Amino acid sequence: MSAIPANGWLSRVKSAMSKTRDSLAAPVNRVFGRGVFDDETWDELEEILIGADMGLTAATEIIDRIRRDALRHPPGDSGELKEMLQAAIAAEMIPAPILGKHDASLTVIFLVGVNGTGKTTTAGKLARRFADAGGTVVIAAADTFRAAAIEQVAVWADRTGAYLVKHKRGGDSAAVAYDAAAAAKARGADYLIIDTAGRLQTKAPLMEELKKVKGVLTRELPEAHLLSWLVMDATTGQNGLAQATAFAEKIGLDGLILTKLDGTAKGGIVVAVARATGLPVVMLGTGETEADLIDFDSNNFAAALLD
Amino acid sequence: MFDTLAGRFTDILAGIRGRGRVDEKDIAEASRQIRLALLEADVNFKVVKDIVADVKNLALGESVLKSLTPGQQVVKVLRDELARVMGESAVQLKIGKKPDVILLTGLQGSGKTTAAAKLALLLRREGKKVLLVAADTYRPAAQDQLVSLGAELNVDVWRGKTGQTAIDIAAAAVHGESGTQPDVVIVDTAGRLHIDNDLMAEIVALKSAVKPGHILFVADAMIGQDAVNQASAFDDALDFEGVILTKLDGDARGGAALSIKRVTGKPIMFVSTGEKPQDFEVFHPDRMAARILGMGDVISLIERAETAVDESEARALAEKLERDAFTLDDFLSQLEQISKMGGLNDMISMLPKHMLPKELRGAEVEESGLGRTKAIIQSMTSQERQTPRLIDGSRRARIARGSGTTVTEVNGLLKQFDAMRKMVKSAQGKSKKRGWPAGFPG
Ligand SMILES: Nc1nc2c(ncn2[C@@H]2O[C@H](COP(=O)(O)OP(=O)(O)O)[C@@H](O)[C@H]2O)c(=O)[nH]1
Ligand SMILES: Nc1nc2c(ncn2[C@@H]2O[C@H](COP(=O)(O)OP(=O)(O)O)[C@@H](O)[C@H]2O)c(=O)[nH]1
Ligand SMILES: [Mg+2]
Ligand SMILES: [Mg+2]
Repeated sequence: MSAIPANGWLSRVKSAMSKTRDSLAAPVNRVFGRGVFDDETWDELEEILIGADMGLTAATEIIDRIRRDALRHPPGDSGELKEMLQAAIAAEMIPAPILGKHDASLTVIFLVGVNGTGKTTTAGKLARRFADAGGTVVIAAADTFRAAAIEQVAVWADRTGAYLVKHKRGGDSAAVAYDAAAAAKARGADYLIIDTAGRLQTKAPLMEELKKVKGVLTRELPEAHLLSWLVMDATTGQNGLAQATAFAEKIGLDGLILTKLDGTAKGGIVVAVARATGLPVVMLGTGETEADLIDFDSNNFAAALLD
Repeated sequence: MFDTLAGRFTDILAGIRGRGRVDEKDIAEASRQIRLALLEADVNFKVVKDIVADVKNLALGESVLKSLTPGQQVVKVLRDELARVMGESAVQLKIGKKPDVILLTGLQGSGKTTAAAKLALLLRREGKKVLLVAADTYRPAAQDQLVSLGAELNVDVWRGKTGQTAIDIAAAAVHGESGTQPDVVIVDTAGRLHIDNDLMAEIVALKSAVKPGHILFVADAMIGQDAVNQASAFDDALDFEGVILTKLDGDARGGAALSIKRVTGKPIMFVSTGEKPQDFEVFHPDRMAARILGMGDVISLIERAETAVDESEARALAEKLERDAFTLDDFLSQLEQISKMGGLNDMISMLPKHMLPKELRGAEVEESGLGRTKAIIQSMTSQERQTPRLIDGSRRARIARGSGTTVTEVNGLLKQFDAMRKMVKSAQGKSKKRGWPAGFPG
C-alpha cells in the first residue's frame, strides 16, 4: 500500500511526541492556544473527547476531574494543561504485558469480533510477528462461513510461513479448532492463532457457536496459554461498548486489538470499554500489510487521541 | 431507551406544565437530554449541536406544552426533525441506458463486496441482467469472494486476468469484453481510507475510466464520530449519489446515517441487514430516525393514537378520572379507541420489546376478548353503566344472556373494572405528588 497517510495515526503519534505545544494545527492546540481557561475551553475539550468516540460519560468525567485538579494546581501554561489531560486519558487504560507471564510451551490466540474489523488480517500480522521471533505458528481457518474467508487466511499463512489447518466452507468451526489443536500439538508449535468468522454480538446462536469453539480449545489444550482477543475497528462508535461487554460475558476476553488506526478515527471507544470492562488494549493495527501491528502504549495513544 | 428518553422528557416537561411557564433551566435540561440521546446514538457532535438548537425551538412551543403527553410529544418533534434532516422519503436507484454502471466504494471491511452481491440479486429480481466486476485486486482473496458469491446467486462475475489493475479490469468489463451484454455492471472495489491519497486518486481515475451512472458509498452503521470525515472526503473526491448503510442487523443505533446525510446532503439509499444476499432493503428515513432514538415504531403508535383520540375527549376523561367519576361507559369508549388504533396485538407489535412486560413479549392477546367485553357493557342499562354496584345476581344473568356470554365473564369484567379504578386512583395519588395530570388514557 502507499506511504503512511499524513494525518494517520503514526504521524499523529510522531507529531504529538515531537512537542507540538505551539503548533495550532490540532483542535486541542487551538483550544489550549487561546491561553484562557473558561467554560468554553472545558466544553471544547469535552467535545474533542466526544469527537474521538470516547462517549459522553467518560468525556464528562475526565474533563470534570481535570477541571477540579486545575483549580487546585493551576497549570502554568496550556502545554501543562494538555499534559494533565493526556495523563488522565492514559490513566484510564489498563496496563498489561502483551502475552502475559506464563511457562506454557504453546500460546493460543483466539481472535473474535464483529464483521469486517480485521480479524483475518490481524491473524496474518500476528503470524508474521511470531515467526520473526523464531516461533512455529499454526493458523486455524475457523471462519467457515464467509465466502473466500478460507482462501484469504490461506494467503496470509502462505505469506508468513504458518501452517494452515482448514476444512471446507460451511464446515463446523469447532471441528476446525479441534484439528488445529491436534496439529499444534503434533508439530510442537509455539503459537496457534484461531481466525473466526465475524459475528454481531446480538446474534445468540453465533455467540453460542463461538463459546463452543473456545470450549474445544480449553478442553484439547489444557496446558496451553490461551488468550481471547476482541478485534475492534477504530472507527467504531458507542456500539463498541456493547460489543466488548457481550463478547466478554459470553466467551471471556483477555484483551482488545484496535485496528485501522491509520485512518482519521481516534478509537476513543476503547477508553469507555476499559472503564466498563477493565479490558486492556494489547495491540494496534495501523495498516493492511503484515508490518502494520504495533504494541499498545497508553501515553502514545492518549497523545494521538488529542492530536 | 425510548422509555428512558420519553420518561426523562416527561419528567422535565411535567414540571414545566405544573408551573405553566418554561424557565431557562427546563430548556437546558431538555436540551441536555436530547444531546445525550443523540451522542449515545453516535450522531456527530457538530450535527448534534444543530439539531438540538432546532428542536429546542420546536419542542418547547405551545402545542407541546399544552399536550397531555408532553414527553412523548417532544420525542415526536425530535423524531420528525431527524426524519426531516434524513430526507422525507425513500430515494430510488434509477437504472438508465444499457449498460448502466454502478461503482461501489468505501473504507476497508464496510461491506462493499457483500453489498455488490446483494444489489445484483435485487436488480436481477427486477428483471435486469447483471455483471459483477471483481476490481479489488488488493485484499487477499477479495476477487474469490465475489466470484463465490456470484456463483451462489448465479450472476456472472468478471475478474479479468491476474496482474491487471483495477482500472483495466473494470474498463474491460464495461466495454463489453465479458461478452455477456449486461443491463447493469456492478463494480466492487478495494477498501480505502479517505486520507490515502494514492488510492483516492486511483478511484477517481477509475471513475473517469468507466463513467459510472451511479456511485454508492458503502458505510458501516457502527461507525462513530469519524463518519463525517469519511463521507465528506469520499463525496469531495467522487460526488457519490447515495449511501448503502450496512450491518444494521445489530443493535448499533446508526447515528452515522444522520451525520452522513447532514454533511454530504446525499441520501441513504439501501440498508444491509445481514450476511445473506437477501438481507438488503430500501432505506426508510422515518424508521431510521426512530431507530436512532431507540424507540422501535413507537412513533407510529403515537400518531395513530393522535388520530384516534380526540384531545378534548382525552382531557374530559382525565378530569373524570380525577373526580373518580370514571364509569363503564367511559371504559367502553376506551375499548372502542383501542379498536380504532388497530387492536391490541397491533399496538403491542409496534412497541420496542424491552418496553413490554415479560408476559406480553411474543404473546398474542386474545382480540375476541375485547369484542366480548364490549358486548357485555352494551347489554347493560345506562343506569347500570353509571353505577356498577347495582348489578346483582339476576342482572348478571340477564346481561350474560343478552351479550351471549357467561355469568363468569360478566363477573370477570366487573372485577377488572373495579381493579382498574383502584389502580387509576393510586396512580393519581403518585402523579399528583409530582404535579401532573394522569397520562395517556387507555
Ligand atoms: N487501513 C487498514 N485496513 C485494515 C486494517 N486491518 C484490516 N484492514 C482491512 O480491513 C478489511 C477487513 O479485514 P479482515 O481481516 O478481512 O476482517 P475480518 O472480517 O475481521 O476478518 C480488509 O480490507 C483489510 O485489509 C488496518 O489496521 N488498517
Ligand atoms: N451482520 C452483517 N454482516 C455484514 C453485512 N454486510 C457485510 N457483512 C459482513 O461484513 C464483513 C465485511 O464485508 P465485505 O463485503 O467483505 O466488506 P468489504 O471489505 O467492504 O468488501 C463480512 O464478514 C460480511 O459478511 C450486514 O449487513 N450485516
Ligand atoms: Mg475474516
Ligand atoms: Mg471487498
